[in-house]
Parts: sequence; structure tokens; C-alpha cells
Amino acid sequence: MAAEVARELRASFAAGRTRPVEWRAAQLRALVKMIEEKEGDISAALHADLAKPHMESYLHEISLAKASCTFALKGMKSWTKPEKVPAAITTFPSTAQIVSEPLGVVLVISAWNYPFCKSMIHCSIDPVIGAIAAGNAVVLKPSEIAPATSSLFAKLLPEYVDNSCIKVVEGGVEETTALLEQKWDKIFYTGSGTVARVVMAAAAKHLTPVALELGGKCPVIVDSNVDLHVAIKRIAVGKWGCNNGQACIAPDYIITTKAFAPELVDSLKRVIERFYGEDPLQSADLSRIVNSKHFNRLTSLVEDKKVADKIVYGGQTDEKQLKIAPTVLLDVPLDTALMTAEIFGPYLPIITVEKIEESIDFINSKTKPLAAYLFTKNKKLQDDFVANVPAGGMLVNDVALHLANPHLPFGGVGESGMGSYHGKFSFDCFSHKKAVLIRGFGGEATARYPPYTTEKQKILRGLINGSFIALILALLGFPREKR
Amino acid sequence: MAVAELGETVSELRQAYESGRTRSLAWRQAQLRGLLRLLKEQQETAFEALHEDLGKHRAEAYRDEVGLLMKSANVALRQLGKWMTPEKVWVPLVAFPATGQIVPEPLGVILIFACWNVPLGLSLEPLIGAIAAGNAVALKPSELSPCTAKFLAENVGKYMDAAAVKVVQGGPEVGEQLMEHRWDKVLFTGSPRVGRAVMAAASKHLTPVALELGGKCPCIFDMMSSARELQIAVNRIVGAKWSCCAGQACLAIDYLLVEERYLPVLLKVLKSTMKRFFSDADAMARIVNARHFQRLSNLLKDKEVAPSILHGGSMDAENLYIEPTILLNPPLDSAIMTEEIFGPLLPIITLKKIEDSIAFVRTMPKPLALYAFTGDAKLRRRIVEETSSGSVTFNDAVVQYAIDALPFGGVGQSGSGQYHGKYSFEMFSHKKAVMKRGYLIELTLRYPPWNERKIALMRHLYRFDYFGFVLCFLGLRR
Repeated sequence: MAAEVARELRASFAAGRTRPVEWRAAQLRALVKMIEEKEGDISAALHADLAKPHMESYLHEISLAKASCTFALKGMKSWTKPEKVPAAITTFPSTAQIVSEPLGVVLVISAWNYPFCKSMIHCSIDPVIGAIAAGNAVVLKPSEIAPATSSLFAKLLPEYVDNSCIKVVEGGVEETTALLEQKWDKIFYTGSGTVARVVMAAAAKHLTPVALELGGKCPVIVDSNVDLHVAIKRIAVGKWGCNNGQACIAPDYIITTKAFAPELVDSLKRVIERFYGEDPLQSADLSRIVNSKHFNRLTSLVEDKKVADKIVYGGQTDEKQLKIAPTVLLDVPLDTALMTAEIFGPYLPIITVEKIEESIDFINSKTKPLAAYLFTKNKKLQDDFVANVPAGGMLVNDVALHLANPHLPFGGVGESGMGSYHGKFSFDCFSHKKAVLIRGFGGEATARYPPYTTEKQKILRGLINGSFIALILALLGFPREKR
Repeated sequence: MAVAELGETVSELRQAYESGRTRSLAWRQAQLRGLLRLLKEQQETAFEALHEDLGKHRAEAYRDEVGLLMKSANVALRQLGKWMTPEKVWVPLVAFPATGQIVPEPLGVILIFACWNVPLGLSLEPLIGAIAAGNAVALKPSELSPCTAKFLAENVGKYMDAAAVKVVQGGPEVGEQLMEHRWDKVLFTGSPRVGRAVMAAASKHLTPVALELGGKCPCIFDMMSSARELQIAVNRIVGAKWSCCAGQACLAIDYLLVEERYLPVLLKVLKSTMKRFFSDADAMARIVNARHFQRLSNLLKDKEVAPSILHGGSMDAENLYIEPTILLNPPLDSAIMTEEIFGPLLPIITLKKIEDSIAFVRTMPKPLALYAFTGDAKLRRRIVEETSSGSVTFNDAVVQYAIDALPFGGVGQSGSGQYHGKYSFEMFSHKKAVMKRGYLIELTLRYPPWNERKIALMRHLYRFDYFGFVLCFLGLRR
């Protein structure tokens, strides 16, 4: 089945169907139409999979997906135009340009045996948008962990887009393994580090380049020099207003000073109650945990007494509904699972340090995160943070927003991934930048060729160093040699 | 090098990087200047090493390696400040007040594997980029060019910061051991077979890789419109095949495609030019070693192929010298037409119409470079649009390597990742997105509890329909 899909797409691509800009624009417009006409169905599927509140679906998925399509539609004309670049004196006269061409047939895998990221539809659709805009044929393998959304994709996409070039393949480990055995021109994978290694190893067999959008523990440093109430609201919505913490860029843990922690915890309690009421498990604005496997994974993180003892707010769970309330912990021992693995859930541990500057070393002692956040008005701390914390992306005084800016590349580094996308970066992700040099026969530098006399070597040196005089000499036919 | 020593080398590099010393502009400039001094002061020794390893003439060594390296280092020195400057990006009004920028940061500790055929260039050109980007670097030159490897090992540490830039010598086992460690990026130049192994090893640590592989670089030869142009074209072809390390270059022309009616004219000029250029046996490099000599000799000895030898064909095993050789229409399924030749053998394939060359090229894996000699603008356009390759050069060959503004790298089987000029800097950098906000304006509609009104407001905002937003906010529109 996977082999057939790959074969059909390769034939479509070889036939040139995906190359014309009009075709690409038509597919993107069809996607916009699909999102607009089926908004209700999409929201319903997200609600079925995650109990995702309608507002979240709209904010994070539907509107972002539409915005991505529109952005690509607007940008495509200039993105597909060759870029002229200066040629060198060495090759005078010549013209040089960089032409973007599609890689060919690409595979987009949305999070395998690991929950999808914050914007599930967005995470799946955005790379597909980039691949189409760049002129590729695409296979999308949506996450089987979100079955309603996955089957919605499988049903809807063929109704709107060119099915001979854009396909959805549903399934779990087996189907994904079959897909990974085929030869693709690029694989874009969103999910966990463990599976990413499998994907990259499979890609290595075919020398297929990969883009890996992985996770990590996204830290939030909160300094005392802030507008605390606003900061806490932003952190709270970034944590629990994003699939209830099941998002790759959701804040994973907070670092603050020992002195400031009590005030911070207090503010958190007030804000959580404001947002979700006294019994968050009853709030319609809180997503549930994606499935019982992850529910159990999360609850086991706080089973250990030395962790459970650190809960300062929340902790309620409802196994039947797969819901966990926003939970705050203070000073959890650093060697526990909660503090070593990516949480991907509604637990928010707070780590305390003596001086706020120590938080930078703390973050750097862990693997590079997908996103790092800092709340402070202190400019020096901001500069220090930007210069010394390697991360996929960073935000100062807010959380997660950079995801929505199509002018910023979105992607990880180190354990949090490789390659970036969003906006034009998606287009670039699925393009090959082909260097094209056009020379004439005007400037023939005989100095290039053997036999290599000393005279020739002198002129050659000059030419390589961009010497105008050497160029003139070469153009005039020096050194003269017998024919 | 012993396994334990290797581990120490890697930790030293990591420590050097973690100490932060490779980050400053001053450090990076000092390394680049050091490299320039190395190339200037040790130039003669470099030429000797290259001659010893490959029989490379000093003019070729300067033209293809030393000269280009000095140019690249100078470009990097000049542009470094600009490359390091964060790029400001537009932020949507809805996020006001906010600033967005893309900040380049080093990846950390880089490993560079170089191939034996351009041993100096393929080590030091990426090194320039890795250093410019602020990384610590380990270089692993090929053991098949031992004198150059030794040259690098002896000099790099002397002219550059030995704690942060190291040369590791050894063969494939050392390469394997190096890959057991975690790097922040690995650049590998070499064959697709080893490229697969490198990428597979890298996947264990999620180390990103750039692979500069080979391929069969075709040369499409359309008839030239004058004798002068024909001669120039042939000069360039001969230069790009045999004057490039005797054809042992990833960018060298592998095979030629020409219309059958032009074959006699082309052959005549080819032979006379070859005679002129290589009157002195010294002018062409040697085959690197006995194993490759054997490989190339087997390509010719294949009994299906031998009858197609048109010119040349003589071999001197003792001196590792193979005469520049032309073949005519060897069988397309023979090794010489399916594997990268990487030697001084040039198969010519004849076609009925030159346009057929496009379909021909498409049946082969994507090459690192595609060359076409033609004055026909329509054919040029078709070639660019209908074929795929790392790069395309019209009416010349190999020279595209010298243009810094053009990215150098392959696609498909010829590799992934590009460098040269600012692309080298970018190859070894992470472009970090940084957004900063203030506390001045708070859009409370972001926060739960959520309701339909908030969603309606959001809709307007996301469409950047600020007027609609205001109306909605004031309750004057749904």
C-alpha cells in the first residue's frame, strides 16, 4: 500500500503536475475553502479527540491554518522567482542566480506514538502547505492518537485537493514503518526524540534529508522585576490553554528566585481559579488528556510521595473523563521523572534558585529546548538570556506567540530537532536552491589551462583574488601562447 | 589514534566551546587571520603535500584549493560582522508592542570529514564557515591523502586556537569511533555509501548532517555557432575533466552527451586540445592509489566496454597514471555508465537530437552539477526547469565553485546541505527566533473563560481586520 502510494505520487510528480504555480495556488485555495466550509467538523473532531474547547480550536488551529495558506498564496509568486546574485570577477562575464525547485515527493508525519503538538491541525497542515507551495507531491500521515482528526483529514482532503498528488495515509506503527521504507525526497516528522531517531535512521538508507520537530522541556524564567499578574496570565494560558499542557512549546517548568516564589505561587493560584473556576475538571475550557496511556503516564509522574508532597495547587484527576486539573508543584527533587523528562501535561513544577542569573546555567545543564521563555523588564537579563541560552526559539514576556508569526522560523536545535518551518521557511524546507550560472564565450582566460607557465599562474592568482587588472589581462588574451 | 585519546579530544573541544571563547567576533576573526597566515606562510609545503599525495600541479593546487581558500577566508573576515547581526522581522500589529528578530547562534562542536581529492579545500572551506559561525571544530582529513592530512595536523594547531580547532588523523575506524560521539553537526564529503553510514550513525544522537556526495555530472554539448566558440567550449570541457585532479572531482564532467552528427567535429577539437594541454605528463594529476587505479582499469577492461575506447586507454600501474581516455557509446548498463567514474575516462553518448539529453539525464540519479554548452535560450530554460541537480552551469564547468554568492551542494543522491560564502556560516548556525513583548497592552480575550464573543473578536484580529475588531469590541458588530 505504501509502495503504491509512493509510486503513484512519483509518477504524478514526474509528469510535472505539481510544478505550475497555478496548480499550487489552486490547491492552497482549496485548503482554505475546506477549512472555511468544514470548520464545524474540524472543531468537532478536535473536541472528540481532546475535548478541545472551541476557542482553542479556532485560535490555534483553524485560524492559523487558514493564515498559513493565505500567507503562502500571497508569497508564492516572489518565492518561486529566481534570485539573482552577483557573479564574480573570476568568471566575468557571467550571470548567476538561485532557482528554487521542489524536492519531489515528500512525506509529512504528524507525531507517531506520541501526542501531537499544540496545534495539531496546524502542525500537520503547515508543512503540507509549504510542500505544496514549493511544488512537491505530498503524503500526510496524521497521528493515529487523534483518530477523529486523522479520519477527518483522510475524508476531507480528497474532496478538495488534487488526489493524484496529495494523499493522506492513516495508520499506526505498521503503516508508518511501511511508509518509511519507501524512498522520499524529504521526510518531515513531528513528535518524540525516540521515534525521530528511527525516522532519521530509515531516511539514511535512501539519503533522504529530514526535518524533525521534536520537544523538550521549555523553561520559563520569572524574574521579580515584572508585571506579575500579566506575566502569570500569559504563562497560564500558554500552559493550560494549549491542549492543557500537551504542546511542544507549552511551558514545562518555571524557574524563579526563592524569595519571589511565594508571590508567584499565589498569583498562579488566583489566575487558575479565575480561568477555570473552583473545580477545573468541570470547566469546558480545559482540554482532556489524549488517551488513557498518557493519562497514566502523567499521573504516575506524581505518584512518588516525594513529588506528591510538593503539590501546592490542583492535583485533581478524573480517570473516566481523562481529565487532570492544572497542578502547580514547588521544589520537586531534580532527579525525579517529572524533572527529567518532557512533561507534556498539566503539571507545572517551579524550581527556585538563589539569584535569578543562575537560571541560565540551570537551563543550559539540560538539552536544548524547542522554546525558552523569560519574564522580566531587566534589559541586561534579557540580553544575557538571548545570548547565552541556545534554544529553538525564544520569547521574552510572553509564551508561545512566536508560533503565529510567519516571519520567524519555527524549529528546534539539538534534541529539540532540526530544520525549521512556518511562512517562507516552510517553502524553503521543501525546496532545493539550485545554483545556476550562465557564462558566455566572451572572456576566455587561457591562464586556467595547462601547460601551466609562470605567467599564467600569475594571472590566475590575480583572477582568483578578484583583481580587475588580472581580469583585463586575461580578457585581452594574456598570456599569449602559440597555437 | 586510540579510542581513549579520541574521547579526550572530543571532550576538550566540548569544554572549549562551553567556555564561551569561540563566541566572540574577535576570536573568530583571529582564527580566520591565522588560517590566512597558514596558507600564505606554508604555501610551498602545501603544494608539496598535494603533489606528493596526488601529483597535483601547483597551478591546479592554487586554482582549486589554496587560492580559493584564501579568497573565502577574506570574504568571511569582511562579512562576518554582517552575518552575525540579528535580522529584524516584521511582527503583526496584534502583538503590539513587540519586536521580532532572527539571531544566529553557533551549533556547538562540529565534525568535518574531508575527501582525499581536494584534501585541503574540503577540510578548510567548511572550517572557515564553522569558525565564522562561532563553533569548535574537529577536522578528519582522509587517510588516502596522508601528506595533506599530516600537513593539516602539524599546522592547524600552530596557527589557530588548538583547544578549539583540532585535526584527527586516521582511517575508517577512526571515522566510526568519532561518530559514536555526539556532535552538533557533521559535514561529510565523500561517497554515497559512506554518506549513508554517517547519517545512520548521526541519527543515534539526532546530530544534523550535511552530505556532499558525488554523482555522474553530465555535460550536454549542443553544437557551437563558430570555430572560436567551439574551441573555447572544448578548452573548458577538457579543463573540467582532466585538469581537475585527473577527473577525480565531484564536480568534474563525468560523461558527455552530443548529437551524433556533430561527433566528428567535436572529437577532432577534443583530441587536438588534449594533446596541447597535456603535452607535459606533469600537467595532469595521478590516480590517488592502487585501489582506485584498479577500479578504473576494471571499468576499461570490461569486455563490453573495451571496444568503445576511441582515444587513449594506456595505463601505467607503477606511476598510477592513466592516459586521458575517450569512449564512444559504452553500454548504458555497464559500470562505467552506472557508477561515478571519478577518473580520466570520458564516455561520449550520442543522441539523435540534443533535446533528448533532458530525458536521458532524468533517468539518472540527481547529480551534483549539470553542465550544458549551448547558445539556445529555449534549451537552457528547459534544462533548468526539467532537470534537477545541485547546480547548473552553462557554457563552462566547475567554475561555479568559485562564486561565493552561489550555494554549493547536492540534492537527492548527490547530497543535502549547501555551503560557500554566507551559506557556510548558515550551515553551522542555528537561526534562533526571538520575540520580545511588553506589558503595555493586554488582550484579555486571549484568556479563559472563553465565549462566543471572544471568538468573534479573535476572528477579526486574525484577519488583521482592526476596524472590524474595534466595531465588534464596541458591540456594534458580531
